Amino acid sequence: MKLFVSEGNPHCLKVLAALELTGVKCDVQYVNHEEKVVQFLNHPALPALILPAGQQLFSANAICRYLFEVSGQNYNDHCNQWLEWEVTVLQPALLRALRTAVLQGKGSDVSQILQSPLNFLDQSLLKGSKPYLTGEAVSVADIVLWGALHPILSDSSFTLGEHNSVKTWFDQVAAVHSCQSAVQKVLQGKGLQAMKSYMQRQPAPQNSQCRDAQPCNNNPAESEERQHFVSEEECEAAVLAWNTGLSSCPAPDRQHPILPQEGKRNVLVTSALPYVNNVPHLGNIIGCVLSADVFSRYGRLRRWNMLFVCGTDEYGTATENKAREEGLTPKQICDKYHAVHSSIYSWFQIDFDFFGRTTTEKQTEIAQNIFWRLHKHGYLVEDTVEQLRCENCQRFLADRFVEGTCPHCSYPEARGDQCDKCGRLINAVELRDPQCKVCRQTPVIRSSKHLFLDLPKLESQLEQWLEKSTSTGDWTTNAKQITHSWIRDGLKPRCITRDLHWGTPVPHPDFKEKVFYVWFDAPIGYLSITANYTSEWERWWKNPQQVELYNFMAKDNVPFHSVVFPCSLLGAQDNYTLVNHLVATEYLNYEDTKFSKSRGTGVFGDMAKDTGIPSDVWRFYLLYVRPEGQDSAFSWADMAMKNNSELLNNLGNFINRAGMFVTKFFEGCVPVMELQREDKELLAVVGWELQQYIQLMDKVKIRDALKHILNISRHGNQYIQVNQPWKKIKGEESERLRAGTVTGVAVNIACLLSVMLLPYMPLVSQTIRDQLNAPQSCVYTMLQGSGTFVCSLSAGHRIGTVSPLFQKLEAEQIEALKKRFGGQQPEDEPSNLKAPLQSTPSTPAAAPAAAIKVAAVEGLDSEKAEQLVKAVAEQGDKVRALKAQKAEKDVIAAEVSKLLELKTQLALAEGKNLEPTSKKGKKK
Amino acid sequence: GKRRAPCLPLFQGFLSGTEQGRCYLCGFKLWVPVLQNNQGPPLVGLITIACHLVKEAKRSNLLGESAEGRAVVQQWLEYRVTRLDGCTKEDSKTILKELNIHLQDNVYLAGNHFTLADTLMYYGIHPLIVDLTVQEKEQYLNVARWFDHIQHIPSLRHHLPPVVVLRNRIYTSRHH
Repeated sequence: MKLFVSEGNPHCLKVLAALELTGVKCDVQYVNHEEKVVQFLNHPALPALILPAGQQLFSANAICRYLFEVSGQNYNDHCNQWLEWEVTVLQPALLRALRTAVLQGKGSDVSQILQSPLNFLDQSLLKGSKPYLTGEAVSVADIVLWGALHPILSDSSFTLGEHNSVKTWFDQVAAVHSCQSAVQKVLQGKGLQAMKSYMQRQPAPQNSQCRDAQPCNNNPAESEERQHFVSEEECEAAVLAWNTGLSSCPAPDRQHPILPQEGKRNVLVTSALPYVNNVPHLGNIIGCVLSADVFSRYGRLRRWNMLFVCGTDEYGTATENKAREEGLTPKQICDKYHAVHSSIYSWFQIDFDFFGRTTTEKQTEIAQNIFWRLHKHGYLVEDTVEQLRCENCQRFLADRFVEGTCPHCSYPEARGDQCDKCGRLINAVELRDPQCKVCRQTPVIRSSKHLFLDLPKLESQLEQWLEKSTSTGDWTTNAKQITHSWIRDGLKPRCITRDLHWGTPVPHPDFKEKVFYVWFDAPIGYLSITANYTSEWERWWKNPQQVELYNFMAKDNVPFHSVVFPCSLLGAQDNYTLVNHLVATEYLNYEDTKFSKSRGTGVFGDMAKDTGIPSDVWRFYLLYVRPEGQDSAFSWADMAMKNNSELLNNLGNFINRAGMFVTKFFEGCVPVMELQREDKELLAVVGWELQQYIQLMDKVKIRDALKHILNISRHGNQYIQVNQPWKKIKGEESERLRAGTVTGVAVNIACLLSVMLLPYMPLVSQTIRDQLNAPQSCVYTMLQGSGTFVCSLSAGHRIGTVSPLFQKLEAEQIEALKKRFGGQQPEDEPSNLKAPLQSTPSTPAAAPAAAIKVAAVEGLDSEKAEQLVKAVAEQGDKVRALKAQKAEKDVIAAEVSKLLELKTQLALAEGKNLEPTSKKGKKK
Repeated sequence: GKRRAPCLPLFQGFLSGTEQGRCYLCGFKLWVPVLQNNQGPPLVGLITIACHLVKEAKRSNLLGESAEGRAVVQQWLEYRVTRLDGCTKEDSKTILKELNIHLQDNVYLAGNHFTLADTLMYYGIHPLIVDLTVQEKEQYLNVARWFDHIQHIPSLRHHLPPVVVLRNRIYTSRHH
């Protein structure tokens, strides 16, 4: 056990006195005031006691209590009360008193400061009529209070008034030997002066006792940045930029097909190809297509020559299974879901140059070409693989065509490639009691010949390329790490063929029943999709000298883009364009769980629009929580909060006010601006934020860049608030001029904001410019180079009609949405409809559900339809009940007509050709 | 400014009810709870009354299991009334920072056992936590974890609104 004390620290008095008095054995170490014994406390806290078990006591009173307790003296309520009084009432007063006496030399004030607590102590002692605070003997309360009061009461220079009982008590305690020796140790006969260096280090006491009185600032970085010092040069540079005016360069036209151009930055952007048989959830959307869209839009603003391609990944067992379940051909399934994907992305305003698919002739052509090249260069090896074969169905059971008991955890429904319960990867032949998923017969093990891509042979080429690409390009940290760990663990040959029908056929005669395995095939989709966009696709894909390639994806896709696919292309040796910048996000979770289709948890792409929340707001929030560098979570409450605080109160409020001032005070024309120092400073600060934004966006730090947009409107709001143009406009001429300048600067900031927002919220961005009647050239002016904030709405410019940009998300609305998408909703909620659709397609209950689902996808109002289904059923019951009761005819007739009306509405809401539902209605 | 100490009746319910407590404005211009007892003088002060009620309810284990444990509990009770009550916005950041480091290696304030210190700290810190943004809650991850844990202890939360604490992090660093 060890006690740390410091000389001149009054709190050490009681501790040392208690230590001697109780006779507890303990090492004592003297340290200086700054010694941080207790690491986690912000300010050094002494005395401190390290207990035998390692706990730390940093409160002098707790130390005294402990010493008294281990020596066998217990404390009671009364004692507790004195100790509490000492820390809450006496010490704050003493601290003030000692500050004035020791540091300011104003001993005369001490009496007044301490009057009230000393009175209280005096009266208590008097009433108690006992020699010590809690009875007949010295207790921990006496030692603690004595120690506290010693510096003041032992100094005769203070005139403290008549506190006789206090005096008697104090003298008695002070006479205890342990107290005298403690005084000697701590103050060394120097009295108050010994405490000077200690007191100098104590923080000044707070004047306010109430935290509510302090201004509330939720954003620590905000206040730091506001203090960003702006130099004279920065101001002048900002004014210079402000006056440069709009660029006269014509807006770049986006004429298809877009092809690489000499002397331009040619940027090819891909986002991971979404798998066709799933409806993408928000995590998929932010991970690839939305991020890639923001970057492409930004690139176009920077006048880079951008091509953004994507498409659905359509081959594979999952598609075949799905087709079997829905009674459709794989092709029909792909057609159906490709349309679903397309419509979701178009709702989210994903501005692809081309959104294609992998099941095309170009795919076959290009994949087979790469295959033959790999074959020719000796990068393919043959091997025999043991596989399960269903004799009944006459085929090998790849991956998900077989189910059985997991060999690791005995989960009975493990699939051929992975167990859903324990998550381990499984080799299908290891499954216990395997069953063909189609006919439920037991398969047999047969060996089958397959082709492998010889990754070990390509490893050194790959490493050489990786070193160059990762060091010169912008690879996210996770992309580098995942790639590194793959290389570190050693590459093994990877099977590229599969015993399936739905895939790109392997052209080699020895393998003619087989298709390419999706991982080999799918990334080739980037090339074939581009080939379907333009016959000159090779100018993008076989042109690494002119083209920079950005791949966007979630982190699970990294190895295929950084190791496997580059190996295919390197081995094919045809001067392919390889990825320069690999941008991988972490995962986005839903609330604090995962998105789950089967549990109906989370928001899926097709449902986002049913929430009534605008696409731009969805984009904003998803980008605001973009899992950049770390997993993040979608949270309804947070979304509402960000909408209400950032969009509505910050950004929207600023832009709306700026526009309204022009409309109301200046008849809709931008007023004359005479820039003062304050305005110039603001221009400089806004310019700085703009430059940060550009630097971050260039590095694809999409989420971080967004914060700088919001900072600008924060600066703007503050600027308006401080300058109060609505008041100044009513003042004299000079004040009116000032109101004009502030309004003019503000409305120009709004215009800049519209440009910076364009990649994030394209609709809002355009709306702002429409409201301000801003020249379109501003869009291509301010984001050039390192960014210039120019005056794009000069004096006299007439703006359009200003109206609010955002709406508040109400708590009830969010609560309802949260409930709806939470996971445990009733059977007929839309997000659950997938489950019956997948498992038992032919049960009658699933049919109307499926119908409603399709309706939602096609933009019909599924929620309304559902409510109507319910209403029809209820009304039907009512009519039947009335009939059973033999109610009056016209009463029944009235209810029947209501029922018919509901049915008509239902038919309209669902689209008219939805047989199952209307049949269901008729039966009732 | 006047500040009302967290209401004692809250706390009594948790201990399955003993005496009636009430608050009054004492001479020191702080709301301090007073417990009027049938026998003996009234008790004044949050810690004093809370400790008293705990003993009355025969839940002395909530005050610590050993002399060391009891001292640690008392220390955190003191921290609660001296540092937390009436703290400024600036102080509250320091407090959250300190607690966050302390709770990095401690399940509860006093180590591995739930004690009175957790209860009173919870009531005291609730208004602070309610005001935190999601981002700040992540900054004080250990405090958030502890707080969430405490607020889920049955019958402890009373009328205080539950605070949503996300288990997944959204923000990587506090600076943007």
